[in-house]
Amino acid sequence: MTQASTAAAGYSLAELLIVAASEAWRGNGEILASGIGVVPRLGASLAKLTHSPELLMTDSECFLVEEPIPLGPRGDYQPKYSGYMSFDRVFECVWGGRRHAMIGPTQIDRYGQTNLSLVGDYDKPKTAVLGVRGLPGNSINHANSLFVPNHSVRVFVGAEVDMVSGAGYNPERWPEGARNDFVDLRLIITDLCVMDFGGPNHGIRVVSLHPGVTFEQVQSATGFSLLKVDDLLTTPAPTEEQLEVIRRLDPHNLRASVIKNNPPGVRTA
Amino acid sequence: MNKELSAKDVVARLRDGMTIGIGGWGPRRKPMAIVRELLRSDLKDLTIVSYGGPEVGMLCAAGKVRKLIFGFVTLDAIPLEPYFRKAREAGELQVMELDEGMFEWGLRAAGMRMSFLPTRCGLGTDVLDRNPDLRTVRSPYDDGEVYVAMPALNLDVALIHVNESDRLGNTLVKGGDPLFDHLFARAAKECYVSTEVLHDCFGLVPEMARLNFFERYLVTGVVHAPYGAHPTYSGPDYGWDLEHLKRYCASATQEDGWQGYVDEFIACSEAEYLNKVGGAERLSKLPLPIF
Repeated sequence: MTQASTAAAGYSLAELLIVAASEAWRGNGEILASGIGVVPRLGASLAKLTHSPELLMTDSECFLVEEPIPLGPRGDYQPKYSGYMSFDRVFECVWGGRRHAMIGPTQIDRYGQTNLSLVGDYDKPKTAVLGVRGLPGNSINHANSLFVPNHSVRVFVGAEVDMVSGAGYNPERWPEGARNDFVDLRLIITDLCVMDFGGPNHGIRVVSLHPGVTFEQVQSATGFSLLKVDDLLTTPAPTEEQLEVIRRLDPHNLRASVIKNNPPGVRTA
Repeated sequence: MNKELSAKDVVARLRDGMTIGIGGWGPRRKPMAIVRELLRSDLKDLTIVSYGGPEVGMLCAAGKVRKLIFGFVTLDAIPLEPYFRKAREAGELQVMELDEGMFEWGLRAAGMRMSFLPTRCGLGTDVLDRNPDLRTVRSPYDDGEVYVAMPALNLDVALIHVNESDRLGNTLVKGGDPLFDHLFARAAKECYVSTEVLHDCFGLVPEMARLNFFERYLVTGVVHAPYGAHPTYSGPDYGWDLEHLKRYCASATQEDGWQGYVDEFIACSEAEYLNKVGGAERLSKLPLPIF
């Protein structure tokens, strides 16, 4: 934090996650910050309004804005557009690598490979989800972080994900001669912890635990072995200043419906 | 030079087994009046190429789709398209599942009369494994890098919805995002456009003329179809009809739900359809979505 600030007295888990998510975009420079979904979008918006004003952001449709737009019905609020970002332009941005997206996939594996397509057998899936969408292109072109509101072995699967939609760090997946060095997986924000890909061979590590969560709890909710950093921290609590910005960005309190029963940020045993 | 046709005329020109590209994106600016006419026809065994929305679900439910070439199917505000899911989970569909950008590249290749365009998108993923026909290509230059050779997505027909058109086939897309409709038009042998407003011949000021995204020589026929994108979003004219989309989705949970939807909304004329969903008075006031 640049400002001297104190931790807020009370905050929800969703608010803790928004603040943790905003850290993904710190120091990224002038790139397009795309937070898809309530928590990632609020995280990106919080980043732009606090530590990283250089970020580019859209109205989630096709215009760029320098002032992040509050979520939901806008009342008297008038968006102030600064530029244009149609889907066509987003693709061009993606292929040039100047973007950091955060999305919530259906499955994630130990290699950081993600799945948004289906669960089960490819030819006759148990559950058809959306399709691979833009994940193949995003994953091989620019920075990506992941958001998981329900950290569990159903999301963090033991084997590879059922349909690799976003590429990861599995060397066997890459044909000889293909460039995999643009793959740039950054943070995973879950309802239990924050993880990164800083282990040997991009192994997934727990870097901070949310208040009241143990490493063992995280490990047992994960289908593969996790590493942990030596100085395992507690995820920093939101400050009053951050909460004020979040309330302004989310006047209809959509963040309260992200996690079941909207639990407090500090878990009590 | 008068390209005006009815939706029925357009569908009469289609044949079983054709590859049909559908413009728009998810629940945005889909040529639904023509799709509804297609649902009323006997056409079958179609290959549908789409950034998929409700038209994909409906065509699947009606048993028209042999193969789907797609990156996603979604209603946005309602993430999962129920009839697409049913068809996919029943193992009924042949699919070519692509990254959104590969899909764009395939349309571009077709429009440029290329056999493929190189891209990194798809490398390292199951998109290559699940589409064994996709091949890679090595750069002939010193870098020798290996790319995906995204093949052209050649379309027999493209179906597109626009805000305004004239009888010559000049079109305007006035919504904020023109999406990729121009690429569908270029990738197709024939392109049929439905339009909210039909003019005899445009006489536009420059700011409006800039909203023309593809040339009229690409446009085979024009269908005058006010509210022809309903229940999808055709900004700035009207938003998607969430109430109707919810009702459509609910039908998928009911026994013979699709037949019920057909009986009520498809087995009638387009004029009757528009009356049933509230007529111009209601549709013109459908709020634009807030993202």
